[in-house]
Amino acid sequence: METYDVITGNDAVAWGARLSRVEVIAAYPITPQTTIVEKLAEWVDKGEIDARYIAVESEHSAMSAAMGASAAGARAFTATSSQGFLYMFEMISWAAGARTPVVMAVVNRALGPPWNIWSEHTDALMARDTGWIQFWASNNQEALDSIIQAYRVAEDKKVILPAMVMLGGFVLSHTAMPVRIHDQDKVDQYLPPYSPPHYVLNPKLSEPFAYGNILFPWDYAKVRLSIQRAMENSVDVIKKAAREFQEIFGIWHGDLIKEAYTDNAEMLIFALGAVAEQAEATAELLRKKGYKVGVVKVRVTRPFPKHEIAKLANKVSRIIVIDRDISFGWDGILAGEIKATLHEHNVDTPVTTKIMGIGGDDILPDHIEKAVKEVYNK
Amino acid sequence: MSEIPDNHLILPISKPTKGAGGKTGSWRVFRPVILEDKCIKCMMCWMYCPEAAIEAHSRNEVPKINYDYCKGCLVCKEVCPVSAIKSEREGE
Ligand code: SF4
Ligand code: SF4
Repeated sequence: METYDVITGNDAVAWGARLSRVEVIAAYPITPQTTIVEKLAEWVDKGEIDARYIAVESEHSAMSAAMGASAAGARAFTATSSQGFLYMFEMISWAAGARTPVVMAVVNRALGPPWNIWSEHTDALMARDTGWIQFWASNNQEALDSIIQAYRVAEDKKVILPAMVMLGGFVLSHTAMPVRIHDQDKVDQYLPPYSPPHYVLNPKLSEPFAYGNILFPWDYAKVRLSIQRAMENSVDVIKKAAREFQEIFGIWHGDLIKEAYTDNAEMLIFALGAVAEQAEATAELLRKKGYKVGVVKVRVTRPFPKHEIAKLANKVSRIIVIDRDISFGWDGILAGEIKATLHEHNVDTPVTTKIMGIGGDDILPDHIEKAVKEVYNK
Repeated sequence: MSEIPDNHLILPISKPTKGAGGKTGSWRVFRPVILEDKCIKCMMCWMYCPEAAIEAHSRNEVPKINYDYCKGCLVCKEVCPVSAIKSEREGE
């Protein structure tokens, strides 16, 4: 039965994993992620979910265990943040290359030093070249729903890649909001059990085999570049997964992007996750003041929604990208990707980067309004 | 030049075969030698050899090292409980 509750983003993620019927959870605690896996551990302990919980000694092992479970045919889940994410990085890359469709929640947190536990997107954006599909949740309902959608996409036979779902540390992870917890039968209808096209640890196979041994450059290139094909395939799979989610649950979070107030807009704001949610609320205020401002939530950063972004950008005369992240020596990371996209599609709309909210500094409607006004009449 | 293949799922799977990595015996600097009269046939060396280069067909026989594949790591010498394995420098 469907219920409503007021829960944190982390509890919403745990519910997303529970409703997805995850079979193996391997995780190591790190603020602000910890309460996700605590909740799941509690459910496993009480026998409320039929899953194995593997307590590991590090994030590197967490991803190794999740990958192993996935290779054996189980639906595997993990979660991390910031330093833990960096410690896991070798295995993050390996999970994509091994084509194990693990789903991981990444609660975005700034990187040290200096030590900081608050929200920033640089951690997950560092992994955009690893072969993982990347979803960004902008509110707690979307966090829950994106976990379920992520499994649908990751396990699709045309894709078979791992997927990470991001949510802002504290702004979502520890902030309670009303969330609908879906009916299990409906989720089962949306997300069938995982049936992998390939097994490594299948006891029914009489011949054992090894996976990922050394390959010479020509064969290596074929294996690695097939990930690019899978990413290309995932664009339509993500769109279909979002559409069918709407049909079954009546909720639309967008597919690769979500538009708000984009009709007859003269200026667009692009942002990720909860920052985009804040920009949307600000755009509502600015529209009332006569500013024709729209917002594009970039919901997926890999595969990057190049065509969708170029099409929207072509219709406006100004663009602001709010980046809660930075690539030192280059630009805001999202801004850099958008500038490259516009160049590729011959769109010459000027783009202004606004780096905001580094290390969890609040991004308030006033800050966004000020940024818009600076650029709007230029 | 590398081209993006049409297939989106190419899996690097390999099946175990004898000497899949070539004759690793040529890597050896030190050669392990089992002293038959000291060996108590406990099979520790057989179990620990990382290359599966020690052959044993029955618990009543002294195991034999296959020098085509023994790479000379001397793990066997280290684990032998009765020091029944000695090492000799190759070429001496
Ligand atoms: S030296 Fe190493 S490879 Fe050779 S038999 Fe002993 S354990 Fe095996
Ligand atoms: S470990 Fe030593 S005693 Fe045991 S079987 Fe090998 S050589 Fe013989």
